[in-house]
Amino acid sequence: MGWEMYTNSVLSIRKFGFGFLTSTTWDPFSQVFGALPMIYGTLISSLLSLIIAIPLGLGVAVFLSELAPAWLEKPLSFLTELLAGIPSVIYGLWGIFVLVPWLRDTVEPFLQNKFPNSPFFQGAPYGFGMLAAAIILSIMVLPIISSISRDVLKSVPNSQREAAYALGATKWEVTKIVLSYAKSGLLGAIILGLGRAIGETMAVTMVIGNRPQISASLLDPGYTMASVLANEFTEAASDLYLSSLIELALVLFIITIIINIFARLLVWSTERKWKLSPM
Amino acid sequence: MKIKILSIIILLTGIIAISVNAQVKLTGAGSTFDYPIFSKWFDTYNKTTGVQINYASIGSGGGIQQLTAGTVDFGASDAPLTDEQMNTFKSKRGTDVIHLPIIMGGVAITYNLPTVGQGIKLDGETLADIYLGKITKWNDPRIVKLNPGRNFPNKAIIVAHRSEGSGTTFIFTSYLSKVSPEWAKKVGNSISVNWPVGLGAKGTEGVAGIIAQTQGAIGYIELAYAKQNNLPYCQIKNEAGNFIEVNFNTVSEAAAGASKHMPGDLRAVITNAPGKNSYPICGFSWIVVPKDIKNYEHAKALVSFLKWAVTKGQNDATSLYYAPLPKPVQKLDLEKINLITSNGKKL
Repeated sequence: MGWEMYTNSVLSIRKFGFGFLTSTTWDPFSQVFGALPMIYGTLISSLLSLIIAIPLGLGVAVFLSELAPAWLEKPLSFLTELLAGIPSVIYGLWGIFVLVPWLRDTVEPFLQNKFPNSPFFQGAPYGFGMLAAAIILSIMVLPIISSISRDVLKSVPNSQREAAYALGATKWEVTKIVLSYAKSGLLGAIILGLGRAIGETMAVTMVIGNRPQISASLLDPGYTMASVLANEFTEAASDLYLSSLIELALVLFIITIIINIFARLLVWSTERKWKLSPM
Repeated sequence: MKIKILSIIILLTGIIAISVNAQVKLTGAGSTFDYPIFSKWFDTYNKTTGVQINYASIGSGGGIQQLTAGTVDFGASDAPLTDEQMNTFKSKRGTDVIHLPIIMGGVAITYNLPTVGQGIKLDGETLADIYLGKITKWNDPRIVKLNPGRNFPNKAIIVAHRSEGSGTTFIFTSYLSKVSPEWAKKVGNSISVNWPVGLGAKGTEGVAGIIAQTQGAIGYIELAYAKQNNLPYCQIKNEAGNFIEVNFNTVSEAAAGASKHMPGDLRAVITNAPGKNSYPICGFSWIVVPKDIKNYEHAKALVSFLKWAVTKGQNDATSLYYAPLPKPVQKLDLEKINLITSNGKKL
């Protein structure tokens, strides 16, 4: 698959070389293509979504595995996993009709009043933009992080908890011990969530504003690699245009592979620890 | 007994007739804009003649590629082929490509200003400067001057545009390039461009969604969509200096005005067309076919379908919110269709 993409993008690789990754112009009319704004948009929207989703996801997981009584655990974990089953276009529609108006009329003016000089909240409050994309993504990533983390926490041997209680630890201290024991597994869950966020297309396209620009402000519209592909692939008429889009797909592919390798390594290191630790 | 034999004979001839006709299957691919009227045409045409036509609405770019590769009998595109694409076609297929204007679409400029009401007036330069980001407020003196007697709010103009490649964008940027030298130089005319300002949304419904929700928004969408959803739209100043509302008549008028100066290959971009009542932002969608078709049966079926589509087929246009081709353009199309050959032989 990688080879196929490479051969199809040779035209643009030859024409733009390394500049494809560093140029900020994406101009189908003049046939100049640079991917930096999309790479930036993909990484920033995914990272922002993780910043929102990690505390929430881990919180839900800890609650479900450590604190919740059994009768509450089942329906709650079912509900969080249900979130993962909603098609992304539905998230996108919800984003357009609920999230974006709320951001535009309430949240963004509030942020601008509170932090008038912050570079992160400059520009007209469109509603559509990086912030909306990050919030939608965080909701989509949340069930992945929380359900995998819950499984990881559940697989922490009970002897760890019992030992901690035996030493007189409080519930909070026990939770901390369990978390540190499951550290690398939790990291794996987060990385899988990141993978999902990077590849997400439809919901992001619908709320991010689709502008190839790099801006510090979270209120400004942006663009992601997956959105560009979804938007422009069908009508890309010239060979160079098509080839640039395929190269963009190749870049996205490589980034996802790197993340997956990273996740794999983390899972391996967890497994190794498991074998070393006395059961 | 006689009646029985007769009825069997009739039945058999019926079956043979159907199977002979059903052998011809045409395939096409391309524009999504054309898809609604194509489905209607193919259905009607199949019922009356038995010829089956399959169409994949994969986008104009895809249609051109499939036709160039020779996998389909015809392509459909909202933008004409570029010279480069025509050369590629010729070297790959060994024959020229014929452009046939097949249906027309108008582009409405809609907006969301609840206090101002329907039908505000804009001219090309003002519209271009809004899309260039040079006019940023609705109460800009240039907008106010065009609309005496209306009260514009001191609101930011939020520009919306299509994020994916689209024929609507091609028509719109073609108009802006004609009326604003700065637009032509900085941005240009293409099915997707590097927009100086604004929000990109996927599909006509995406752009309409931004406009419907955001006070102060402006955007361009297909006429059909604006009509179906009762959105307010601008009157645009045409080449003759009149402010024209977009509808089927003013769009067909523009085509009629342009048909007097049609280029020989019919690759006519008819934005800003001359004519007293011509609406300036509209265009053709094309069916593209090879001039020489190897398969005789396919060539014959395709030619009769095309002749039907550019004449009788046009009656279906307005019910699906397309503008029909005016008579002079239909005539030009028929002349072109008559040039199609199969292995060098006239059909």
